[in-house]
Parts: sequence; structure tokens; C-alpha cells
Amino acid sequence: MSLLEVKNLALGYDNRVVAKDLNFTVNSGEYLCIVGENGSGKSTLMKTLLHLQKPLDGEILTGDGLKSNEIGYLPQQTIVQKDFPASVKEIVLSGCQARIGLRPFYSRDEKLLARQNMKRMGISKLRNRCYRDLSGGQQQRVLLARALCATRKLLLLDEPVSGLDPKVTTEMYELISELNEDGITIIMVSHDITAAVKYATHILHIGKKLFFGTKDEYLQSDTGKHFVALEGGDDNA
Amino acid sequence: MLDKLWEYLQYPFVQYALIIGVLIALCSSLLGVTLVLKRFSFIGDGLSHVAFGAMAVASVLHFTNQMVIVMPITIISAVLLLRTGQNTKIKGDAAIAMISVGALALGYLLMNIFPTSSNLSGDVCSTLFGSASILTLTITDVIVCAVMSVIVVAAFLLFYNKIFAVTFDENFAVAVGTKAKIYNLILAIMIAVIIVMAMDLVGSLLISALIIFPALSSMRLFGSFRSVTIFSAVLSVFCALTGIIISIIAGTPVGATIVGVDVFAFLVCLIIGAVLPMRGRK
Repeated sequence: MSLLEVKNLALGYDNRVVAKDLNFTVNSGEYLCIVGENGSGKSTLMKTLLHLQKPLDGEILTGDGLKSNEIGYLPQQTIVQKDFPASVKEIVLSGCQARIGLRPFYSRDEKLLARQNMKRMGISKLRNRCYRDLSGGQQQRVLLARALCATRKLLLLDEPVSGLDPKVTTEMYELISELNEDGITIIMVSHDITAAVKYATHILHIGKKLFFGTKDEYLQSDTGKHFVALEGGDDNA
Repeated sequence: MLDKLWEYLQYPFVQYALIIGVLIALCSSLLGVTLVLKRFSFIGDGLSHVAFGAMAVASVLHFTNQMVIVMPITIISAVLLLRTGQNTKIKGDAAIAMISVGALALGYLLMNIFPTSSNLSGDVCSTLFGSASILTLTITDVIVCAVMSVIVVAAFLLFYNKIFAVTFDENFAVAVGTKAKIYNLILAIMIAVIIVMAMDLVGSLLISALIIFPALSSMRLFGSFRSVTIFSAVLSVFCALTGIIISIIAGTPVGATIVGVDVFAFLVCLIIGAVLPMRGRK
């Protein structure tokens, strides 16, 4: 049984279909990149996978002992967060919220987990700093550490490098790649096709044409050739 | 001057006013941080106008205990308003503005058509700006207010981590299985309760000030959610006490004086925040 299996999924808002007939599976240890034109439904797919939004049709099955709340999520930043007074420690710890259930306070184990993940992301020194004073790259590391507190298995990343400069972008991709090598399955939404074909093992292309397969199959396919030629020109787009 | 203050402090109604003032300032500032950060600064304003409208309805219907009508209506409005945050046809700020002015107009209209006392403008003015009514508080008012405050503070402490999580990133919270809707509902009920309690103290036009000023002042100075919350509560209580004492000595209106002190404190925090560098602050 694969970690995640999507069957005949249709996405959209208010019965307006954005994408349909999506079929794909994600196995443990894979690195899936979801690409497609703007407005093709990449972010909507992400929200649907996270149960933030109901699918219009079809089903999402989780397997391999993955519970639906054991997914680590790296969302795009919201306006609210830009001037939010919160320390790095507080934000990372909030990744443990699924573990505490109805218990009002975090336990020693959860605080330890938060510390370990801050260390893993190299932000231990920033633990008492205010989130809004950090650079874009540091903020992403904080949110990644929080996502790691929520999962040991699967990370969903929504445009993890948007707004970052080229150097930090590369660092971020390397970091995600390391996590993947450590055994965490990655699903990433991106419009950076160059990085997608560099790091991912599998590609899901949504839009007018649908494609799902390994990276190599994608590069051989018409959809892939066309899209890479179209989008690949501008680095870090 | 101290003699005069000491003399006033012997009166039970002054003691009651101080106790209630402190409790309300504490509760409103705790929730203020979350509301400001959730971009709901105006909810206090909106809900207090709803409470004003409900109070007008209650007095027209000659209810002896107005709370029976005012509290449920305000709570329902709070729940509806906080729900409008996401995916609705009318956006949050517009919904608040709509309900706010609508209720205000309706309340005044009702009081005008069915006047319950000869001094209509006096009644309206005291409901809007808080009034002498704080000087007519009874021990029952104090007990009710104390019980409500304990519930609000206890709920806040108990749900502190959840409230933080839902405020900072609602999508993430929902994705990992936190029941954000329930916590938003709890917040809405708490805020409605505080507003109805605060109406006597500062009146319905000035309640927003109690909610937003301490939070904004605190956010100028501190960089973690916990310190912002704690400092905002301390500052709010301090401003309320100072405001009530000044108003007793100088004979100024209670509500407006408290808000005046809050505004002054905000300016002080703004200046300190601008002078001191933000880095390294907890």
C-alpha cells in the first residue's frame, strides 16, 4: 500500500471545476513535484490533500499507517504572519499541536522535539528571536521545523522558495533534498520547473494536459518537453 | 489630593468601580492581542453597537434584567462575525461595519420612537460613552463580573497554546487536525461576554479602545506572543486603574479618561519602540 493514493480527484471552488481526473500515488521515500501553469489548481490540490477543502469528486486514501493529521505542511506565508509577534521557539512548538490533543500545555517530550527540529534546521541560535525580524530564508526554516514537528513521514510544501533570493533558494532545495534522503516523503508544489526536474523523483503536471510519472518519463513526454522549454528558460521564476 | 483620594476609596461604589475596571481591562487585553493579529480590531466596536441595539430593544420591551436579551444577541453576532473570516461573500471588515452601524441606527431609532424616560439624549449618551452608571454598581454586579472574568481568564489560559496556533496559522492548524472552528467559537463567545460587561464601564463607543490599545502598545515593545500577551494585560490593568483614579480626582468621565490613559501609554510605547532596536528583544 502506498503512502498516499489519489483516485479520480476533481478539485475546485463552489462547483467550479479547476482540475479533474487526477490519479496518482506517492510511495514512501519519494519526492513528488507538482507543476503546472498559474491557475491550474496546484494550490487547490494542496489544500484538498490537507483536507482544508473538500474534493468535488474522487477520493484521497492514506496508507502505510499514515494518519491524515500526520502530514507536515509548509504553507505560503500569509499577510498576518508578516508582523506577528512570535518567537521562533513558540512557532516551532506549535507544530506539536496535533500531538497534544486536548491537553492544554506542551510536555517535555514535545519541547525536546521542537529543540531537535530547530537544531536540524540550523536555527537553534534564533530560538528567542522574533519571527517578523528574520530574513525570508530563516522564516522558511522556522516553518519547516514546525512542519517537521507535525510529521515523521510526509511533508507538503507549497511554493517553498517563493520570494527567496537565488542563493537562499538553492540552500532551501538542498535542505529539502537532505530531508528526503533521511526518509521523509516530499510533495512539493512549485512553478520552478528547473528545480523540479533536478530534485524530484516523480512529477505531476496539472493543467490542460495531465501527466504523472517519474522524472525521466516526464522529460521524455510531450507535455514535459514543451513545459520545460517554455518555463525552464527563466531561472528561479 | 491624596486625602481626597483616600476618602473616596472608602466608598463601596468606588471600590466596586476599581474592581470591575481591573477585571474588564484584564480580560479585554488578553483577547485584544489575538483579535488585533487576526485583523479583527473592529469587532469590539461592531459588537458593542449590537449590544447597544439589543439594550434598546430590551428597554423598549421593559425587561427588568436586560442581560437576558443583550448577552445572547451579542454572542450570536460575535459568532456570525468571526465566521465571516473565510470564504464568504461579504468580507470580515464589511460585515462588521454593516452590523455595527445597522444596530446602532436601529437602537437609536427604537429609543426615539418608544422613549422610556424623559431624558432621551442623556440615556443615549451614557450608553455610548459609559456613564455615571459605573457609580451605581452594586455588589451583585461585582460578583457577576468577577465570575465572568474568572471564566474568561481560565479559558484563555487553558486554550492559550491552541489560540496561538489558530491565530498564527489557521490553515496549518486545521491541516494537523486542530479544530480551529471550535476555538474561533470560544473566542467569539469570550469577546461577546467581555463587551457586554465593559459597556457599563466605558460605554459602547469606547470598548474597542480597551481591546486594541494595550495589544498595540505591547506589540511595539515585545517580540514573542507570550511577552506581548503578559505585558498587554499588565499595561491594560495599570491604565484602567490610573484612569479611574484620575476621573475620581478630576471629576472627568470614567470611560473617556481610561481610554485617554491608554492612548497616552500607546504613544509612550511607540516612542520607546522606535528608539530601542528591535533585535534581541524577547
